[in-house]
Parts: sequence; structure tokens; C-alpha cells
Amino acid sequence: MAVIPVARQPLTFAERTYVPQILGGLRTTFRHLVRKKTTLEYPEQRPAIPPGYRGVPTLVKDPNGREKCVSCQLCEFVCPPKAIRITPGGIPAEAPTAHVEKAPLAFEINMLRCIYCGLCQEVCPEEAIFLQNQYSLSGYTRAELVHDKQKLYELGGTLPDQHFKWDRKKAAAGRGNAH
Amino acid sequence: MSDFFFNLPVIVQGFLKGLAVICVIFPIAGICSMAERKIAAWIQDRPGPNRAIVPWIAWIPFFGTFLQRLGLFHVMADGGKMLFKEDSLPGHVKKFYFVLAPILAMIPALTTVTVVPFGAYLGATGQIVPLGLAPLDIGILAVFAVASLGVYSLILAGWASNSKYPFLGSVRASAQLISYELAMTLSVIPVFLWINAPGREATLGFARVVEFQSQAGFWGGTWFGFLMPVSAFIFLVALFAETNRTPFDTIESEADLVGSFHTEYGAFKWGLFFVAEYSHMIVGSAVFILLFFGGWNPLPWVPLATAVGWLHHLTGWAFTVHPLFVGVCSIAILLVKVLGMLFLFMWVRWTVPRFRYDQVMKLGWQRLLPLAIANLIFYALAIAFLQK
Repeated sequence: MAVIPVARQPLTFAERTYVPQILGGLRTTFRHLVRKKTTLEYPEQRPAIPPGYRGVPTLVKDPNGREKCVSCQLCEFVCPPKAIRITPGGIPAEAPTAHVEKAPLAFEINMLRCIYCGLCQEVCPEEAIFLQNQYSLSGYTRAELVHDKQKLYELGGTLPDQHFKWDRKKAAAGRGNAH
Repeated sequence: MSDFFFNLPVIVQGFLKGLAVICVIFPIAGICSMAERKIAAWIQDRPGPNRAIVPWIAWIPFFGTFLQRLGLFHVMADGGKMLFKEDSLPGHVKKFYFVLAPILAMIPALTTVTVVPFGAYLGATGQIVPLGLAPLDIGILAVFAVASLGVYSLILAGWASNSKYPFLGSVRASAQLISYELAMTLSVIPVFLWINAPGREATLGFARVVEFQSQAGFWGGTWFGFLMPVSAFIFLVALFAETNRTPFDTIESEADLVGSFHTEYGAFKWGLFFVAEYSHMIVGSAVFILLFFGGWNPLPWVPLATAVGWLHHLTGWAFTVHPLFVGVCSIAILLVKVLGMLFLFMWVRWTVPRFRYDQVMKLGWQRLLPLAIANLIFYALAIAFLQK
């Protein structure tokens, strides 16, 4: 690497008086004084959430209102801080979604442990768990911050996908070729 | 009503006038603290404090929101907090002097106000009658003498705090104030050389300086700031140093001295130091404007009397030449100029970084003092030559 010696320029008289520099600085600060402010005034103004944002993990339902989670527990196993706890349960035989085989009896995400890594979303084979846009979460007690199934669906809402994986599976099984 | 006022005993008159002045200075000092925060914020591209609001003012449609955005109620919130928080007295301080120091800080700050005229009206024969609490014939000397006492409170605060940083800070304060006092005093001498003549009276008073700047003609109406720019510059720089403002606030230096002399202070005692600082700024700005920027004259070459004459001529209203109206006008003009100066103080604060302590000393002794002396000699010779 070539070394370029740079001679230090002696300061001119004007520079040594500070005055032109200070006046220049005053001009700069005055421009900032009258400029449009960049502050986002938070509770009233919200930041735009970029796509792919990883907010609070939620559970979603499909457009028919069926809970998508089949309690395979992959998210529970992959979760690095062990924030997820699932109690698997069956689906009653007379239920319209009996062909799905399983659904979580209880699904808890401990938000005090969650690190928002998104591995649960990545690993979910049913596209049932999503880290959505909510970024501000608070509570008064520890218990309040352990999200149960009801709370998770409340936060998650419905995912407008058109897969209907289990319905197609049922239809295919009806035609005699389940796989 | 004015007759009633002038028939009161002199002491009661003085008391009322003093109260009136305090009622102006204190709110300005309080609002200065908010202006400081707002201007700091604006220069840093932030909106600044804009949340506090009193409910029944929030009901006023646009004005209420405007005041809220201006952060006006944060002043009250801050003041209320300062009044009601615990006024702690650390165990290791020298109690008597510790309590005395902030009180002493207020005394010179408010005493200097008395000798500064803040307006004028035109007497029966058209002569200028200055308005002030106690306009002394030796105004400038009184200001210098009393304002210098302000450093005692800082020394006392630093010493009574009985800990290292406050003490170091107060030593710095005393060294700095002494250094810049010299340059400041020397820089105003040309002004007084210029306006003085043998046999005249009250030629060291501020009223005379402003009167001199309100004369007719080109040279009569020129403000001394244009006539003696170097004097004005030295005075301004020294004023920044005397009021401990950036770039000369090595005394406060929260980075290396943890706030220096007010490290151990809290609550209202701490607040008093700042009211004193702002009062110093207000009085210092007023003195600077009286000496170099025409005092209560609205524009250069347009003295108050001329301006009032124009107003009377334009509108034809009789009250525009009434002494009361002229007096209020002159006070308003001076106040606007002082507020402009205060803005300059804050603007500079967020522009120029703080000088290192050795740079402060070097600038004071090796640059400003020789410059002030050279300036004085130049003007002394020039005045001797011109008035020969």
C-alpha cells in the first residue's frame, strides 16, 4: 500500500481567529433549526413495518376458521429458549374437522422467554404459527405474558391462504388415492 | 393614576418598580430554560418537549395545541418538580455556606438589574428620560463591580460542597472570570472615551451611551457596534465567558467535572443557580445592547423619537406620543433585542464545542487581552485625532 505523505497545511489567519468557522457552524445549525423534524412521535405515529418483520408469534386459522395447528410439536422442539409448550389433543369424531386427526389441547408461548427468532414459523409444516407485526408487548404480571391458545388466535387471526391441505386430502381419500 | 403613583413615598415606588422588574425577569429566566431545551431539540432535528398540557387549556381549539407543542407547560411541570422534590443536604458539606451559596448567586444577578435602564420616554422638551430602577451616573462601573461578585457564590458553592470536583470547578470559575473581566473592561473603554467630554455629567451611565447613539445624522445614529466592531466582538466573547456559557462552560463540564460546583446541589438550590445564570445572561445581553446596539432605538439611524414621530404621523393617534406609550414601546424594543441575544447564546451553545480549559486561558490572556489593549490604543489615538 502506497504511503502518501500529506503535508499539514498551516492555518490561515482567518482560520486562526475561529470566526469564519464559527459563522459557518452557525449557518449549519440554523439550517437544522428550521428544517423539518425527523422524530416519529411514537404512540400517535407508528413506524411502517417492513415485510418479513418478526413480531410477536401468533397462531392463525385458515379461511374456514379451522385452527391450522395439528400439534406436531416441531416448534416446541426447535424453540431455542424453550418458550413453547404444547399439550396435544384429539379432535372429536363428530367434529367437521375430524379428518385432521389432531389439534392442540393447550398451546402456550411464554413471551418472557421468546427471543423472536422465528424458528417456529420456519419449522411449522402446517403454516400455523407466524411472527406477525405486533412489536409492543407489555403486561403487569408474569402470568399475563404467558400467551395461551385463545390469546394466540386472538393475536393471529386468519391467514387468507387457499391451500386447504386437509380438505383436499379428505377429498382425495374419498376418491381412493390418499397420497 | 400616574399622579397617584408619583405621590407615593419613594421607598414604596422603588419597591413596586422592583417587584415589576422581578415579575419580568423571573418568567423570562424560567422560559429561557424551556427555550434552551426547545432550541437544542430543533437544532438536533427533534421537536423537543411538547406533551405537557393543562386540561382546561387543552379545550381551546388551536391555541391550546399550539401552546402544548411549544412546551410551555413543561416549564410549570419542571418548576413544580423542582419545588416539591426532596431538598437534600449531603452529610459531608459545610451546611451554612452550602445553603448560603445559591442565595449569594442570586444577589449580584438581581442587583445589576437595578442600574440598567430598560427603556426611556421623551420629556416635555423632547429630551430622553431613561426608565430604570436606580439609573446610576456610573452605571457601567456598577455593573462590572457587582457582576464580578457572582463568582463568589461559585467559589463558595465549590468549597462548601467539600468534594473534589466542585472545588476544581470553582477554581476554574474564578480563574476564568478574572481572565475575561480584564478584556471585557478594556473593550468598553473606547465607547466611553468617545462619548465623554470634559464637564459633562453622568457620562459613565448607560442612558448617556444610548442617547449618544440616538443623535441625528449619519455619525450620530451609528450604533457603536458598527463604529467599534472589535470592541463589540471582544465584549461579546467575554460576555459568553462571564456567563459561563458554551464554548466557555468548562466550569460546568459535566463530562470531566460531573457538573462542577453544582454537583452536590439538588432541587430548588440547584434551580437558583440556573435562575442566576439566566439573569446574568439577561442583564449581560441588555448591557451589550445598550452599549453597542442602540439600546431602545428600533433600528440603526432610526432613534426612538423618530420612530414614534413616524408612527404619530402615519396614524395620527394622539396617544402615540404619550410618554406612557413611548416608554412601553422602548421597553418592548429592548426586550425583543435581549430575547434575540438570548437566542444567540443558545444558538452558539449548540454550534461551538466547548473549549478545553487551557484553550480558555490561552484565548483570554494571549488573544483577547492584547487585542483589547490594541483596540483601546487605536481608538484612543483616533479619538484624540478626531476631537483635536
